[in-house]
Amino acid sequence: MTSVGFDPAAPGADLERHGIRLGDVLFQGIAVAASLAATALLGLIVYQVTSDAWPAIQEFGASFIWTEAWDPVKDVYGALTFVYGTVVTSAIALLLATPLSIAIALFLTEIAPRRLAAPIATMVELLAAIPSVVLGLWGILVFGPWVRDTLEPFLQSFLGWCPLFSGDPSQAGMLPAALVLTIMIIPITSAICRELFSRTPRDLMDGSMALGSTRWEAIRGVMFAYAAPGIAAAVLLGLGRAFGEAIAVNQVIGGANSINVSLFAPADTLGSRIAAQYQGATSSLQVGAILYLGVILMVISLVTNVVAQVIVTRFERARRAY
Amino acid sequence: MTAAPHDDRYDITTRSGGLRRRRITEKVFAGLAVGSAVVAVGILALVLGTVIHRGITELSLDFFTKPRPLFGQAGGIADALVGSALIVGMAMVMAIPCSILVAIFMSEYAGPRVSVGLRVVLDVLNGVPAIIVGIFVFGLLVVGRGQSAIFGAFALAILMLPMVARATQEVLEIVPRSLREASLALGVTRWRTTLSIILPTAIGGILTGVVIAVARVAGETAPLLFTSSIAANQVSADVSNALPTLPVTIFVFSESPDPGEQAAGWAAALVLILFVLVLNVIAKVVAGRQRRKHEGA
Repeated sequence: MTSVGFDPAAPGADLERHGIRLGDVLFQGIAVAASLAATALLGLIVYQVTSDAWPAIQEFGASFIWTEAWDPVKDVYGALTFVYGTVVTSAIALLLATPLSIAIALFLTEIAPRRLAAPIATMVELLAAIPSVVLGLWGILVFGPWVRDTLEPFLQSFLGWCPLFSGDPSQAGMLPAALVLTIMIIPITSAICRELFSRTPRDLMDGSMALGSTRWEAIRGVMFAYAAPGIAAAVLLGLGRAFGEAIAVNQVIGGANSINVSLFAPADTLGSRIAAQYQGATSSLQVGAILYLGVILMVISLVTNVVAQVIVTRFERARRAY
Repeated sequence: MTAAPHDDRYDITTRSGGLRRRRITEKVFAGLAVGSAVVAVGILALVLGTVIHRGITELSLDFFTKPRPLFGQAGGIADALVGSALIVGMAMVMAIPCSILVAIFMSEYAGPRVSVGLRVVLDVLNGVPAIIVGIFVFGLLVVGRGQSAIFGAFALAILMLPMVARATQEVLEIVPRSLREASLALGVTRWRTTLSIILPTAIGGILTGVVIAVARVAGETAPLLFTSSIAANQVSADVSNALPTLPVTIFVFSESPDPGEQAAGWAAALVLILFVLVLNVIAKVVAGRQRRKHEGA
């Protein structure tokens, strides 16, 4: 294949040309096969997890989702406790992380001098690089006790009338889990927001400020308007991460079989319950119930991610139309 | 204009109450933005500081050369270091060639629609929670065969694939068209152009993507819990059995009531975090060099 014929008219040139083509065809074939395999992998994950859980899905039916029970002794299982834990911890994390992430991104693009912006952006990125198990270790041994001794009594002192902040402070529970999730999604959301803000057309911002608006007014009126769909996608990607995080949450949330309204009390999320069961469940029904939890988590994450992707793709197309 | 009565709201030459309010809003906004950045950097410093402070006292030669202690004995994390190195190494072998081929297909062969479709597939694959990848490999391979380091590596490879493929595809897109055309015009076949012209040009970006992906999967616990977690406390290179790994060891230690094991957990966390940070710094340096090369060109 490496020796190209000197005389194209000589006999055998045809074969050689085919030989060259063969290399191209082969290489393209391998590349296509790899791409098909990657696509098939996504389908296979969905298929395999669902089919593993199928006996449990048939056994428990859809009512599994709104049944609040997890009793290996009586072999009664339901997902409501874990769905509730996942939704509440993720919602709190999202409420805290979204404004913080947007503010960090604005600081990096609009306020910080360039020399300061680059190292701070790197540090925020490094926050995402901390392995979740290390963050969980810190969460369980350092952050949890601080939450119990300082943050929770403080919140209780003026929000104690609210059932969410009632009960005894504890080092493992919904609140520390939500805060650890907040730390995990800030770098994701703020990195995307920063990218969006830095791509906002400069002349639009300058125009707004030339008309007399302050920097904040220009940001609110121009930048947010321009970046709104992207911000929505960034928030959804952060949410997907919060839903799916199993390890750090498992370490700090404490584990519980029933719903407790108080944010201070131990709870469980879908991911953390699955992670907690790795050493083997006792009955096949329990294994099925865990896989069923996996299916619920997978569906929630896939929907969140696909919606985020659709928004991003549309946003890109609209941006190209400018 | 002259006939219109003077309206204070539109007069920007005098300091109206409105202007003062707007300036205060501006100050508040700037303060909150600075405060948020301080919070983020502060959390990083706090976590890193704690891990270094609590972990460094445990580090010794024994810690790196001896396996995990049986109850009450002194020991280290040599078994977990060997296991992690083997599993991450195997995951790289599985994921990198496939990822680069997918990226080549996207940038060199696929039309825009197929390419966008594949990008969405990869991004969704990237969004599948690690714990789901864990139970997927558990159901596909572990059930009936038992845990093994190879299955653990396969799970990590699934996480690496979309990261490396997307990073590679993004650098391949910015390789100048003229390079491809020059090579093809000289009669070089397409596949040789790709392998010997385009890939070497993009190698810096590909390396950055690989290093970032390795840093991320080296700290992943969730996929290994179901595939390679129940292992003996000894240094072993038998990849057909489950091997101990650094993240799983930290996970187990973190939930231990024994202060000695907790201390070992901090030290192991320090080792893991240093490894991850060094890889991230390397990625930054490689990426910076690549960018300068492109700007210089």
